Amino acid sequence: MTTTSRRAIVLGVGGLALALVPPIAAALNQPFYVDLFRRMMIFAIAAVSLDLILGYGGMVSFGHAAYLGIGAYAVGIPAFHGVDNGFVQWGLAILASGLAALVIGAISIRTSGVYFIMITLAFAQMLYYLGIGLETYGGDNGMRLTRRSLFGPVDLTNPAVFYYVVLAILLLFLVAGGRVVDSRFGMVIRAARSNEPRARAIGFSPFRYKLAAFVIAGSMGGLAGALLANQTEYLTPDFMHWTRSGEIMFMVILGGMGTLFGPVVGAIVLLLLEDVLSALTAHWQIVLGPILITVVLFARRGLYGLLAGAPTRDG
Amino acid sequence: MAEPLLAIRGLRKRFGGLLATDQVDLDVSEGETYAVIGPNGAGKTTLIGQLAGDLRPDDGAIRFAGRDVTRLDAPLRSRLGLARSFQITSIFPDFSALANVALAVQAHTGGSFRFWRPAAGEPSLTRPARAVLESVGLGGRADVLAANLAHGEQRQLEIAMALATKPRLLLLDEPVAGMGLEESQRMVRFLGTLKGHVTIVLVEHDMDAVFTLADRISVMVYGRIIATGTAEEVRGNEEVRRAYLGEDAPPPC
Amino acid sequence: MNAALVLEQTLNGLQYGVMLFLMAAGLTLVFGIMNLVNLAHGSLYMVGAYLATAFARWSGSFVLGAVLALPATLLVGVAVEVIALRTLYERDHLDQVLATFGLILFFNELIAILWGRAAIYTSVPPFLGGHVRVLPGVPYPTYRAAIIVVGVAVAILLWALVTRTRLGMLIRAGASNRTMVSALGVNIRLLYTLVFGLGAALAGLAGLMAGPIYSVQPGMGEEILIQVFVVIVIGGIGSIRGAVVGAVVVGMVDTLGRAFLKPFLSTVVSAPAADKAGPALASMLIYLLMAAVLFFRPEGLFPARGRS
Repeated sequence: MTTTSRRAIVLGVGGLALALVPPIAAALNQPFYVDLFRRMMIFAIAAVSLDLILGYGGMVSFGHAAYLGIGAYAVGIPAFHGVDNGFVQWGLAILASGLAALVIGAISIRTSGVYFIMITLAFAQMLYYLGIGLETYGGDNGMRLTRRSLFGPVDLTNPAVFYYVVLAILLLFLVAGGRVVDSRFGMVIRAARSNEPRARAIGFSPFRYKLAAFVIAGSMGGLAGALLANQTEYLTPDFMHWTRSGEIMFMVILGGMGTLFGPVVGAIVLLLLEDVLSALTAHWQIVLGPILITVVLFARRGLYGLLAGAPTRDG
Repeated sequence: MAEPLLAIRGLRKRFGGLLATDQVDLDVSEGETYAVIGPNGAGKTTLIGQLAGDLRPDDGAIRFAGRDVTRLDAPLRSRLGLARSFQITSIFPDFSALANVALAVQAHTGGSFRFWRPAAGEPSLTRPARAVLESVGLGGRADVLAANLAHGEQRQLEIAMALATKPRLLLLDEPVAGMGLEESQRMVRFLGTLKGHVTIVLVEHDMDAVFTLADRISVMVYGRIIATGTAEEVRGNEEVRRAYLGEDAPPPC
Repeated sequence: MNAALVLEQTLNGLQYGVMLFLMAAGLTLVFGIMNLVNLAHGSLYMVGAYLATAFARWSGSFVLGAVLALPATLLVGVAVEVIALRTLYERDHLDQVLATFGLILFFNELIAILWGRAAIYTSVPPFLGGHVRVLPGVPYPTYRAAIIVVGVAVAILLWALVTRTRLGMLIRAGASNRTMVSALGVNIRLLYTLVFGLGAALAGLAGLMAGPIYSVQPGMGEEILIQVFVVIVIGGIGSIRGAVVGAVVVGMVDTLGRAFLKPFLSTVVSAPAADKAGPALASMLIYLLMAAVLFFRPEGLFPARGRS
């Protein structure tokens, strides 16, 4: 089976399964599930965007939560000033986070290895402190989002409508992501990840392609942030906390980095795990920590890799 | 006389206390096969690094195809027609052989900011890539993952990637290193077929390969070029025999 | 602003720089020698602080608490190295980051279970209470002065250890050429464990000294850890000298920025604007500094040799 047709099947089956969540939740009278799965999909979008640079581009960005935060504030700040138009807010989220990624990327992509990890982390931390410093917008307490983004007749206050909007965005990103990684552009960033000196020797200057990928991933992360602010109807600098960056990264690894659907699986499994564990004990992180270590040490290819039995960087 | 394709003047590179390249002057004419030989640590790979644009020389100038490339980085030189192979095989192990070569074609046909169309479905990339693979004898191995190719095949693949960039000058850093006798003979035969079509500068340990292929040879010792000439002239050079081959060594043949 | 205040804040900056150095030394050595990115280094700082507090309460003596906490933190460090980190040396940085991130979650929660999530407080021991006079008319808290003295002493000891002893020779050799060290017939595993234990003890020392002046609570390690990253990125990863310089620079910039950026801004822009922008800008200052340093020197001020 070719990669393309396998992707189409996974996308169809997975999309259908996710589309059935709201009616099933309604039938079971458990509206909570709509909320939970929507949250999963929002983080899946963030994880897919990180995987574009982490899995395909080999850039270990430890500050991806920064874009989540920028996206959230891009919804919250206009809303605070009475601008509720969703096109404005979400457009701003994409633009502002893309711009931030452009600046952060321009400085950090010049470095490599552990420097890159630490710099992306430090930049995210810087934005986190900036968020705390925004006294007008609640400082470290953050602020309430008085109403969800307005999209004319599309009413995001309806849980199911909002759910399908998120699902549509996720599917769109997966289709687009699949195209991008196989395109000329995708081949360049994957080649630079695979063997950068060789990529340079055949005539590619990887910097600009990596930077472009970094900006794309940042913008996608920003949109995920805009969705997250609408999901929680609340936003705080904690959206940008470095543990959040670690979580998104873990989703990618857990699901299988360098695969298209791995990050989605990772996001769903991690949030499910957190949900189950936190119901059992308030100290669930003491269980999650060792699970994380075990996954890193023994299940390097991630769940999607194990499930699909496919080599990584393939489907 | 026409300007040589590659002209090196007064090239110098120092690593701490070690002068790895010491006032090297070198001219390579279009179409010629030029070899640089010398004992281990003579500075051959450092020289290649400076020619390819990975190392910045401390002093001196490199002119290629009529322009000063001393300050250009490796990707730019590659796009001017300067292709290379590495001493230690350097390929994209997690791509198919065909994709490896198609990438090289892509790098030289421009337009890599294209996000939608699958690169593997573009005949403008795959057709020339297949042709080059055929020419190096890897036509039947196009869809094999590069990591799964045999060592000799990987070296052929590397040459194929270099050729796919339609170079004017091919820099080869020990192209038969680590090969068995038969493999290395096959590689030498193949490189022989390139003679005249593309200018080659090679650095090599294997004397058979060098004396078979090279039109002219420079001998490098401790970063300096001590002699330059045809195979015959170099073989006969007293200084070369003393410095490089050792006094007692019989003339190489 | 008067000169006495500037002097006091400069000393505070130095004191913070000393703490950063104690953390950075261990982290940069572990990276330089074992090529390990250890996010859980901050957890050892936290463990040191908690153990010292607990031992001090139990024994009724700050000094005894500190003396007991130091080897105890070292042992915790060795245990972590042997159980979890050893297998990570050959892995890539991504694996190391994630696995040690898992360790942080574990340690923070473990501390929360044992001591609760609320901050606990230790008081400055009586014999270090009060003030010393650094200049006529300029008193400075004795405890903070003591931290500076201890930190400088440790820095000198560390310098002597690295340059004057056989262990130090191996550490230096290990940082530049690992295969050579194992070729010398040195038990490399033991060397790694020793270095890691040393780094843990230094982090523990910073943690136990932090107890009386900062709040001791789960997650305290990460706040300082990220600043320590800034220190070693600025200084150059793997370089002790870089750690010293980076720590002092970051300690100073951060402390002086928090103290004087607001009054300084209010001379340039309106007071309310300075009120708003000052604190946020002050906490971003070291990251801006780092970005500036990296823009000109992508490998920090003192790049360690033989590493790209």
